[in-house]
Amino acid sequence: MFSKQIKKGIIKEHKVKEKLREGKVRGVNGNMVAVEFNEKVMQNEVAYVVVGEEKLKAEVIRVKGKRADLQVFEDTTGIEVGHDVEFTDELLSVKLGPGLLGQIFDGLQNPLPQLAEQHGFFLKRGAYLQPLDMTKEWDFTPTVNEGDKLRAGDPIGTVPENMFEHKIMIPFDSQGELEVTKIVKAGKYNIEQSLATVKDSLGKSIDVKMVQTWPVKIAIKAYVEKLKPTEPLVTKIRLIDTVCPVAIGGTFCTPGPFGAGKTVLQHLLSRHAEVDVVIVAACGERAGEVVEILEEFPELIDPKTNRSLMERTIIICNTSSMPVAARESSVYTAVTLAEYYRQMGLNVLLLADSTSRWAQAMREMSGRLEEIPGEEAFPAYLESRISSFYERAGLVRLRDGKIGSVTIGGAVSPAGGNFEEPVTQATLKVVGGFLGLSAARANARKYPSIDPLESWSKYTSFIDADKIKNAVATLRKSNGVGQMMKVVGEEGTSTDEFITFLKGEFFDAVYLQQNAFDKTDESTPAQRQRHVFGLIDEILRQDFSFESKDAARRFFQELRQSFITWNSLAFDSEDFKKREDELRAKISSVCSA
Amino acid sequence: MQKVYSQILQISGDVITVEAKGITYKELAEVKTQRGTSLAQVIQLDGEKVSLQVLAGSRGVSTDDKVRFLKHPIQVSFSDNLLGRIFTGSGDPRDNGPHLTDNMISIGGPSVNPSKRIVPKNMIRTGIPMIDIFNSLVESQKLPIFSIAGEPYNELLARIAMQAEVDLIILGGMGLKYDDFIFFRDTLEKQGSLSKSVLFIHTASDPTVECLLVPDMCLATAEQFALQGKRVLVLLTDMTNFSDALKEIAITMEQIPSNRGYPGDLYSQLAARYEKAVDFDGAGSITILAVTTMPGDDVTHPVPDNTGYITEGQFYLRGGRIEPFGSLSRLKQQVNGRTRSDHRTIMDRMIQLFADYRETLEKRSMGFQMSSWDDKLLSYGQKFESELMDLSVNIPLEEALDRGWRILAECFEPAETGIKESLLDEYWPKESVK
Repeated sequence: MFSKQIKKGIIKEHKVKEKLREGKVRGVNGNMVAVEFNEKVMQNEVAYVVVGEEKLKAEVIRVKGKRADLQVFEDTTGIEVGHDVEFTDELLSVKLGPGLLGQIFDGLQNPLPQLAEQHGFFLKRGAYLQPLDMTKEWDFTPTVNEGDKLRAGDPIGTVPENMFEHKIMIPFDSQGELEVTKIVKAGKYNIEQSLATVKDSLGKSIDVKMVQTWPVKIAIKAYVEKLKPTEPLVTKIRLIDTVCPVAIGGTFCTPGPFGAGKTVLQHLLSRHAEVDVVIVAACGERAGEVVEILEEFPELIDPKTNRSLMERTIIICNTSSMPVAARESSVYTAVTLAEYYRQMGLNVLLLADSTSRWAQAMREMSGRLEEIPGEEAFPAYLESRISSFYERAGLVRLRDGKIGSVTIGGAVSPAGGNFEEPVTQATLKVVGGFLGLSAARANARKYPSIDPLESWSKYTSFIDADKIKNAVATLRKSNGVGQMMKVVGEEGTSTDEFITFLKGEFFDAVYLQQNAFDKTDESTPAQRQRHVFGLIDEILRQDFSFESKDAARRFFQELRQSFITWNSLAFDSEDFKKREDELRAKISSVCSA
Repeated sequence: MQKVYSQILQISGDVITVEAKGITYKELAEVKTQRGTSLAQVIQLDGEKVSLQVLAGSRGVSTDDKVRFLKHPIQVSFSDNLLGRIFTGSGDPRDNGPHLTDNMISIGGPSVNPSKRIVPKNMIRTGIPMIDIFNSLVESQKLPIFSIAGEPYNELLARIAMQAEVDLIILGGMGLKYDDFIFFRDTLEKQGSLSKSVLFIHTASDPTVECLLVPDMCLATAEQFALQGKRVLVLLTDMTNFSDALKEIAITMEQIPSNRGYPGDLYSQLAARYEKAVDFDGAGSITILAVTTMPGDDVTHPVPDNTGYITEGQFYLRGGRIEPFGSLSRLKQQVNGRTRSDHRTIMDRMIQLFADYRETLEKRSMGFQMSSWDDKLLSYGQKFESELMDLSVNIPLEEALDRGWRILAECFEPAETGIKESLLDEYWPKESVK
């Protein structure tokens, strides 16, 4: 029944709008408005509250008898009991089509730079703009012929968008087999022009355009099957790739207290991860951080494509001072755009910072609805909402045999830095990787500050599992010795223990830590990681003999210094090889025979 | 059509309920009581039931008092006449000056379009080495001062207000002790800074609701000045009182509390205020420094915790000094590369050595033997504390950097500092200071 409603909502979009159903405001409480209606309303339907000249976008979130509760995506000042409300018959939707890449949207897919052009410094209430340029013409090349039989999600042709062949697809909600009855010739068209006509089994004709509309809270499922994510996603951050790897189509979370470097980590991931498209959802966080991306990304060059990073990025930006209800929709908008590009056989990485703010938005709304609160006043449906969001990630096989994926990484901001709180716990249940950030590591300026001993991942790395296991075991032992030394001092430990301690510290300092300010060290490609980790593994397994603890310490200090320099040399350069030989010579000089 | 309603159905806390028609959300009303007239703001509409929070408090409100709706939300007068004036949280004069009614603007306006912001690039010099060298304050930054009751945080704010190189200062006092209010007023007056300041003061004995309005009043006027191209510094003390006022109203309204009684939207409420800090693309800027007292020195308390997630760093004020560990200015990298070539190195090395000093102190208190290196560290740490950390130190950045070099030279050999040679050649004090 639900899918019928969706279908109806979308098809309406193409028709001439009939007279809208109306309602009247009966109450206002914060961003929640109670509305009395006459005919009918649909759950999650979009409605507009009319306040003089302004129309404020809202969404139906509860219906009781003849009263509907709406969450308003704007400031509600000035709404009066008796004001008109217009229901639109549509679910909260986004527009999908060429021209999304490189854009900056708010949580409701309004393009922010264009809003600024029209309304200046401030976000004007009730101002909504088309997310895509309606007049721009794209070079369309058809890939089907009249008479071809297609299904939902099948491409009818392509247009070039930045470095991709952007596929124009049959609307995702189409049912059954469709026959192409008309297809235009190659040429320039805008997104609103009809490119093809297809006929369904009942004989009804559907126009296919470059743009289609999709409700954000429903997953796009126009694929054959969902596969198990197995292949590692190379993030070029050594700690992640080695100790707690992420898989293409997988999910992970990065919880951490404030100041632990969550946002910096997300920025690094968005820059270096080896994926086709990156979607950054800045959800309820600082505006200044988004501005940094906006200034930085157009300048940075993606080594894979030699084009600016902005061309593969979409930013969804609902910062902490923007209306709360739109914060909730921003993560859904982001994941819907991600699914759209996945349908073209691309690998998409969605980074949401922070999902806690999204959960808080749910809590605020739930409080206003006077629902019975769960733990820390979060609503009882917190867990199911969080898991259904992460479940929209995945690796899928499309009908043309191509594989596409959405990988989701969510930052979590636990209250008081305590991972026991409900949002972190609900997230941990559904994600495949837990990259816990630690304040202690951040305070010690050890970046990235992911705790290598606390974090875990269910995915496999591209580095040999046995070697990793050994390295982590050494690190754990080293950490234990370190703790012990705090009590008994250096003199209370044996030389063997002390060497283990030094090995662990060394592994952490030269491999797990990475200097984000160094051009080379900032990102380590897979091949280099394998190579460098090979040497690390040899060192960790090596039996060393030293005259004294001081000699051991000196050796490791020097080795570390030399290794860090090695880290910042270009891979496979002459200097790189020379330094490696020096390192190996130094190591063999102290090996016990 | 100014209809007067004279039947108050409910009085609970500072919230009263009347039955009225044609009322808009968040509009203002006037409540006439025996004790005088107070403003009230609509905070909930439910059919014809209108709930209002009475700014002057509900004490003495009787059920037949007259309520008159004003058809506009809370506003504040904005003009250059504000300068040098002191107001209450609801915008009434607290000094002997006239009521201002020209050019009324709404408070709590919409947020800035992120694409109209720019990455901040200007440092605000304060003359306090612990800020200027180690955690530079940057124009448009929002920074809280985490502190506990009894620390001289208001003195610190007053000093920054006087010394910071900005065009305008707007001070918001929330739940301020009357003595502290007088202290701020007199200090600003004595230093001649009052003429470039605007004060919105809510003292501890004033009605709670007015406390809630103080940040919005401050930031709305700051925004207008910034749009005129002014560099505005907003000082707020103390945001914990503001949060407690939020809590009080939320509980009165029977909202479900989320954490230690605070409402679930505490984060959004704080963020809506702090995010007003901005560097406009093509106009002025707003910088916010706010005191957050931590009940029981507990940084995981909901107020400092939520604040930390919103702001761009924090200063810890402990034992009358700005604590170098934990204090952080997230924006310092934007400016400290362009001050003097030794700035970043001095910042890093002096703090690392100071960390070693703290470790040595610990070792000494545990009775370990002190090496000659430990002795050097001890003398270094003491000099660092008295000559740079002490809040009475008031010198420009360059002088502070020079002083840093001198302290290093007095305690260490050049090689012991781990500073690269090119910098040592340039800055290491030439004449022997030992």
